[in-house]
Amino acid sequence: MKTNISILLVLFSFFWVPVGSFAQNNTSGGNSGALVLALLGLAVFILLVWLADGLQSAKPKGILANLSKGSAPDYAKGFQFFNLKKGHQIRLKGGAEKEMLKDSRITTYAVQPTNFIGLSPIPKMNVEVGQEVKAGDSLFFDKKQPKIQFCAPVSGEVVAVNRGEKRAITEVVILADKDIQHRDLGQIDVEAASREEIVTYMADHGLWPLIQERPFQVMPDLDTVPRDIFISTFDTAPLAPDLDFVVDGKEKAFQKGLDVLGKLTSGQVYLGLDANGKKAPSKTFTEALGVQKVYFKGNHPAGNVGVQIHHIAPIQSGEKVWTVGVQEVINIGQTFLKGQLDLSRVVAITGSEVDDTGYIATYVGANIGDLVKGNLEDDHTVRLISGDVLSGSQKVEAAFLDFHDDQITVVKEGDYHEMFGWLVPDKARPTVSRSFLSYFTAGKKKFEADTNTHGEERAFVVTGQYEHLLPMDIYPQHLLKSILTGDLERMEGLGINEIVEEDIALCEFACTSKQPLQHILRSGLDMMREQL
Amino acid sequence: MKKTLLKFAKSIEPNKKESPFLHTLYDGFFTFLFTPNTTTHGGVHIRDGVDLKRTMTMVVIALQLCYLYGTVNIGHQHFVALGQYPDFFDGLHLKVAFGLVQLLPIFAVTMLVGLGIEFYYASKKGHSIEEGFLVSGSLIPLIMPPDIPLWILALSVAFAVWIGKEAFGGTGMNILNIALLARVFIFFAYPTDISGDEVWVAGLESVNSGSEVVYNWWHTGFFNGIFEGLGWATFQTGSTVVDGYTGATPLSLAYQGGWESVAAVYSDAQLLWGSIPGSIGETSKPLIIVGALLLLLSGIGSWRIMLSMVFGAGVMSLLLNAWGATPFMTVPWYYQFVMGSFLFAMVFMATDPVTAASTNRGKWIYGFMIGFIGIIIRVMNPAYPEGWMLAILFMNVFAPLIDYYVLEGNVTRRMRKPKTA
Repeated sequence: MKTNISILLVLFSFFWVPVGSFAQNNTSGGNSGALVLALLGLAVFILLVWLADGLQSAKPKGILANLSKGSAPDYAKGFQFFNLKKGHQIRLKGGAEKEMLKDSRITTYAVQPTNFIGLSPIPKMNVEVGQEVKAGDSLFFDKKQPKIQFCAPVSGEVVAVNRGEKRAITEVVILADKDIQHRDLGQIDVEAASREEIVTYMADHGLWPLIQERPFQVMPDLDTVPRDIFISTFDTAPLAPDLDFVVDGKEKAFQKGLDVLGKLTSGQVYLGLDANGKKAPSKTFTEALGVQKVYFKGNHPAGNVGVQIHHIAPIQSGEKVWTVGVQEVINIGQTFLKGQLDLSRVVAITGSEVDDTGYIATYVGANIGDLVKGNLEDDHTVRLISGDVLSGSQKVEAAFLDFHDDQITVVKEGDYHEMFGWLVPDKARPTVSRSFLSYFTAGKKKFEADTNTHGEERAFVVTGQYEHLLPMDIYPQHLLKSILTGDLERMEGLGINEIVEEDIALCEFACTSKQPLQHILRSGLDMMREQL
Repeated sequence: MKKTLLKFAKSIEPNKKESPFLHTLYDGFFTFLFTPNTTTHGGVHIRDGVDLKRTMTMVVIALQLCYLYGTVNIGHQHFVALGQYPDFFDGLHLKVAFGLVQLLPIFAVTMLVGLGIEFYYASKKGHSIEEGFLVSGSLIPLIMPPDIPLWILALSVAFAVWIGKEAFGGTGMNILNIALLARVFIFFAYPTDISGDEVWVAGLESVNSGSEVVYNWWHTGFFNGIFEGLGWATFQTGSTVVDGYTGATPLSLAYQGGWESVAAVYSDAQLLWGSIPGSIGETSKPLIIVGALLLLLSGIGSWRIMLSMVFGAGVMSLLLNAWGATPFMTVPWYYQFVMGSFLFAMVFMATDPVTAASTNRGKWIYGFMIGFIGIIIRVMNPAYPEGWMLAILFMNVFAPLIDYYVLEGNVTRRMRKPKTA
């Protein structure tokens, strides 16, 4: 701020130069009352800027922090509480009904090396096609990190090792047995065990890949000790699964998982809890022990762990933190409880093109076609997405759910022309732009969205749009421009280490210029990673 | 109907390789008629309904009232000089006809030259036509004097689009506001054609009393023919400018004799509603405010820039009031807002997102400084009839610097450790 004022002063000084010539003319008609008014006007302006900017900023400070905080719901009283004003909730049709879908039979599962950023394209295989494996048997490992095993989520026969470009291994496919056979891993006492023992156990038995590290959202090295570990217990993305429903009955495993994670960090395990609802979140979360609980209220992306980290304890230069998903904590806990690898996953089947939405209990890497079999509206082409509509990945029926995903979204493909669609759309669509009447009239109405781009890609023109949708003290547009110019120092300064794709996905959705923000960000993250 | 139209539009698509220019032209019109059927790939799967076309068009829509009013006002000023139809709504058909004869060629030349260059570069670079000139091209006619010679206009538009925009890489890359660049080009290259009292009233030999009107075939042949047939009043050749008429704008009056001189010629209502000589679209304050509301409501215009510009201009006017060395300085500060083109510059020029500061804090500083400097130029510098053009262009140049310091603040907050150079 000091520097801003100094520019202002420099600019002022330019304009007092010609003023001198007037002073000689005459000095009649001066009005000192106006001077007072001018100063008053200036004071009001400065106050206004301070108030408006302070209240609008992602991280208000001082008195403004209290002013903009609002009141926490009763259940969040006594805990740290953040009220995030920025962001937007995209309301779509096809949210998952809170019921388990019964008649699903998933036959194949796959572990996909491409799901892990930074892994060698051709990992070292421990199995061959045709070999029988048990759940918990190692499938492959990366030559760069040979101690970390990637294990089979289910038992059965390895039926294929699919390869993509340059012979990179993309999928290791297992045809699952009807009854899953588990390899006995042996149990260790978490309380008594040393950190090394736990790390080795997790790395040996396929639990390590469940953990993600920031910056970059990569799998951590075994010798990294994270500053803190963060878990977001709610997902605000469009049509996201209800994690309260998912964890129902898994309190013990969740708590065990937290205990394990507590041993891995030198700092705290933070739990980000949802303060949006009238009722408190699931007791599994609110009654968890040995963790720091922080409540967040706000629209998407308030549920993103990156946003929560930014508010709880931002990642400073050189620091590393870990993030773990709720179901992944349960996986870790369950494995330690039972001594058998548990990579189970409750997957939400969502989207406007699904007949019966709901949840399916299955395992990591389930086949997409099997998950949605007989459950699709079939009168038009659809897009299958592993994950949510903002940052999920496009899949075909033969493909598999990505490793960290717990959701399938099916939406219409939007390959149609629309007459004057940019001016008068045929039907209302989700938007964050106030130039549509539906922005004001929508209320809680749900939209049916399709994959049409609704316009062509353009240069960055509009400003201030992204800042409005990212509740972080970050200037996304300038960060993205610094990535495009390859300015590493600027990227780091503007906070590239604090965000990953999912955090700016909403900005990309809203982008007037239809720019591929997530893609640009990842290329920047890759550049940064190569520097290390 | 839609389907047959789509089929027809598809059937006439020119070959991209054989005739790139035609294809670009076709593509421009096709995407205007139909949104493309492209789908998302990689990244997000659904996209917001808003795109640049819509955003730009909202600004053009916000300008329409100014166009409407400008058309009538060109005619109105013309007849006021002749001492005919002194009431604004008297002889409306003549005023509209006269206004159209002046305005349409200006609009056509602007669009032809500007879009021509845009289309050429789009086809040369092989990308689709960006919508930037939709707004620039709609703004340029409104900030021109009604009597601007068309060849000068064509030159200025070509300069602005070519040097101001394409040289920097096209839409979204320019540093200076294109519309203002066109005007500033005329201002410095052909100063006699855009300054003084003569240019603000169209269709006269000169503004001296007794000089004759200049009508052409459109007035005497085309429109008089129609109006006679309808039994309405017609354009009278041989009319002369009435005694005592000067055609002076409020600003030049204020410069000479302060607010008293302005009040002697123009009433407050005239200044407010805009039945005064000036650039074509900038005179009517309420209609500009309607446009401003549309921009603010749709979130396309930055309220930060607009508000801070009001404060900047207000504070500077008050400071000058306090000083009071020249007659113009003593003009009450609130009258500074109704004279000249303050509002138009504030709503449509300063808020251009490409050339303005891009950070929120930067926008506050940027807007305030425009208001502040604009009033200085307006009041203190006798060479320039109005300050906003230069103030905005000046701050356009400074906007990246302002942003730079705002971003530096963000960087220092993040990097606790001192940076090693």
